[in-house]
Amino acid sequence: MRDVAIIGIGQTPVEEHWSTSIRHLMLEAGVSALRDANIENVDAVYVGNMLSGEVTGQSHLGALAVDFMGLNAEAFKVEAACASGAAALRVGYLAVASGLLDLVLALGVEKMTDTSGRETTAVLAAAADAEYEVSQGISFVALNALLMQRYMHEFGWKREDFANFAVTAHANGANNPNAMFQSPITPEAYARAPIIASPVGLLDASPVCDGAAAVVLAPAEYARTLNPAPVKIRASAVGMAPLAIHDRRDPLSLEAAKISSRKAYKQAGVDTGDIDFFELHDAFTIMAALGLEASGFAERGKGVQLALDGEITLQGRVPIATMGGLKARGHPVGATGLYQIVEAVLQLRGLAGANQIPHARLGMAQNIGGSGATIITHILEAF
Amino acid sequence: MEPRVVNDWRLRNQRYRLEGEICDHCGGLIFPPRDICPECKQPAKTVQPLSGRGQVYTFSTVYSAPEGFEAYAPYTVALIRLEEGPMVTAQLTDVTPGEVEIGMPVEMVTRRLRTYGEEGPIVYGYKFRPRLGPSAD
Amino acid sequence: MNEHRLMKPQRAVGIVGYGSYIPMYRLPGAEVARVWSGGGGGPVREKAVAGLDEDTVTISIEAARNALARAGIEPQALRAIWVGSESPPYAVKPASTLVAEALGATPYLLAADFEFACKAGTEALQTALGLVGAGMGDYALAIGADTAQGRPGDELEYTAASGGSAFVVGPAEESLATLVASISYVTDTPDFWRRAYQHYPSHGGRFTGEPAYFHHTQAAATALMEELDAKAEDFDHAIFHQPNVKFPMRAAKRLGFTTRQVEVGLLSNAIGNTYAGASITGLSAVLDVAAPGARILLVSFGSGAGSDAFVWEVTEEIVNRRDRAPKVADYIRRRVEIDYALYTRYRGKLKGV
Repeated sequence: MRDVAIIGIGQTPVEEHWSTSIRHLMLEAGVSALRDANIENVDAVYVGNMLSGEVTGQSHLGALAVDFMGLNAEAFKVEAACASGAAALRVGYLAVASGLLDLVLALGVEKMTDTSGRETTAVLAAAADAEYEVSQGISFVALNALLMQRYMHEFGWKREDFANFAVTAHANGANNPNAMFQSPITPEAYARAPIIASPVGLLDASPVCDGAAAVVLAPAEYARTLNPAPVKIRASAVGMAPLAIHDRRDPLSLEAAKISSRKAYKQAGVDTGDIDFFELHDAFTIMAALGLEASGFAERGKGVQLALDGEITLQGRVPIATMGGLKARGHPVGATGLYQIVEAVLQLRGLAGANQIPHARLGMAQNIGGSGATIITHILEAF
Repeated sequence: MEPRVVNDWRLRNQRYRLEGEICDHCGGLIFPPRDICPECKQPAKTVQPLSGRGQVYTFSTVYSAPEGFEAYAPYTVALIRLEEGPMVTAQLTDVTPGEVEIGMPVEMVTRRLRTYGEEGPIVYGYKFRPRLGPSAD
Repeated sequence: MNEHRLMKPQRAVGIVGYGSYIPMYRLPGAEVARVWSGGGGGPVREKAVAGLDEDTVTISIEAARNALARAGIEPQALRAIWVGSESPPYAVKPASTLVAEALGATPYLLAADFEFACKAGTEALQTALGLVGAGMGDYALAIGADTAQGRPGDELEYTAASGGSAFVVGPAEESLATLVASISYVTDTPDFWRRAYQHYPSHGGRFTGEPAYFHHTQAAATALMEELDAKAEDFDHAIFHQPNVKFPMRAAKRLGFTTRQVEVGLLSNAIGNTYAGASITGLSAVLDVAAPGARILLVSFGSGAGSDAFVWEVTEEIVNRRDRAPKVADYIRRRVEIDYALYTRYRGKLKGV
């Protein structure tokens, strides 16, 4: 067992890449990461992706990636719904930490815009329980809406109380040239947004978009010699929960996040107070609140309070979505987990520009699959 | 969307009759059926239909419906806590969004879930409505 | 001269359980008149309309579940399930197998759909009486249900409604109402029909009255009463097919029945004409309140055309069973008024949707 470091990062802008296919998105991010790491070949490429088969008709992404990038490496796709990105990183981490491989490219890619909105929504629902949730006419938005409704009922919050999750994400996204949305929004705009499935409005939800992000992993002991600004992976941990919300003991508790964050804190020998910023999975504002609670930053039901008190801004106690998060930077589902990592590395390298967290030393990234059945947490540290 | 005839047919007992399982080891009732008891991890294959009586745990009114359900929008979906213990995801019916409350007692009815176009099969399944019960007199 | 026209099975049989279902939406006649006639009313006050997720199958399932609850038998004891309807959701694939599966009655039983316009339900009932009466099974389930449609702007639009009832037929000793006897009367009379692949039916206007409804109803009822040597005053309740209010009232009067004998089983003013569910839901409403020992005459009518007439005798068992499921009055009371626009959406009358 040995420590693992990230020695290179790459990303495409997140947008509706009408002119770019999935293979070219992979190429762009992958080559960019290799160049950043100053290397020409890796031992393996793990591709995180959820929808390529359904949306583009193209599966077998590992083979496609190494073929197009001209790499002499083993490769295959890793899938965990919207946590596919972090899952690809996890597999790469296991390969390097175990000592079996030295250099790994973990690449997340998603191409969502090759189908119509309706079809995209339909295939996204495959992250949920196909037989007992989706078949009932439940969209992914509706699942999150069910949680938000219960949360509001149990803890007495109103819809407007969630505004800051979206407002903060957009404020940060405005300074990220790779973000899908680069304009701020106001709490009024949030309150006025049309309702998709009550109480979730348009501005509670992250957008449909395309993108690819990648990181190069190497043993930490070699990292210093290979690259001037590596970042160490201090923890990599996975938590699981029942696939369907109705099968969970406490639907408002993201048990998988509890499990994975606790494992991560233990592995890194840290606690919440040591975390300088948290790239959480704000696919929906309710997920941001629940993620904060499950990861120990707020008590059950009090996640929204952090947002109301401004603690989630860059100046707050728990900065989230520092480069726009899923809400503003975007959520190309299978790639998101690696965008979170790339952004964390930028913070830890001091390259986050206007969004820089001063003296960022320890960052946490958490990627949620589906409504919380797979949750993967990574803790990164500046060298 | 292509009809999922075989998949829908396999699920008919669960969809028409809320057929779950009872764990012979710990007596827990399981719905949907999963053959292994989530509580004690023992095999649980004895069939047990559930009563269909329950309460609304949470709900949401869907205005932008997923493919195949557009004809029914807007409709309300819910998590229902069944009186035997399991929780189920389903649509509510025979009720307007404004009338729904968390905690409302509901009962299972068999209704159309969807069709696959004009020519495809009709899928029937469970929905829940405010409890009528036996003679309301 | 038909000497053996009276029908009575060799084994004494009756109704062991009964149940109904009526959807909650109501379209007032005044609404139809507002759109098509610039105001006024119609032949009924309002009619029941099926919701977007309802059809003849779902109506049949709930009515059948109510009937089974009252019967108190295991679904597997049913040896036949027959659904009579002119609006089954599939032209080919019987509603009856869906109902059978939903009730948990499969697999050892008969299941088929019956068509005879508004008397498809009583055809199924006659057949159920025959099956049990012959000893081929101990219990059979007969259902009559419809989500009938009228062509927009046609007078039938005021009355064509959704609803249905179900009857578990079984041995007389287990019945809440025993069968005394029945008579069925059919002819080839083209008063109302729908060609295959046509969406809406056609009818013969005034031809649907005397030569159709009144002729068959009176013929069947008269023949049965003659065979049983019964007079109108011997009955506590008389139920007729009810396409509107006028026709059953006139038929009743001609046969010597009073308004009091007819009013409990006459529902059309509140729910419209539920076609294969019509006369039998009237029977269900009567069973909801009838006293033990009451004598009931039931006469259906189906276009095409024919009538089934039955005489029933209510037993002591009725008081033990009728509270086990919702009553017709409970469903009638459950009411949400809709306008013509929503009605066209619910009943799929908008093209291109």
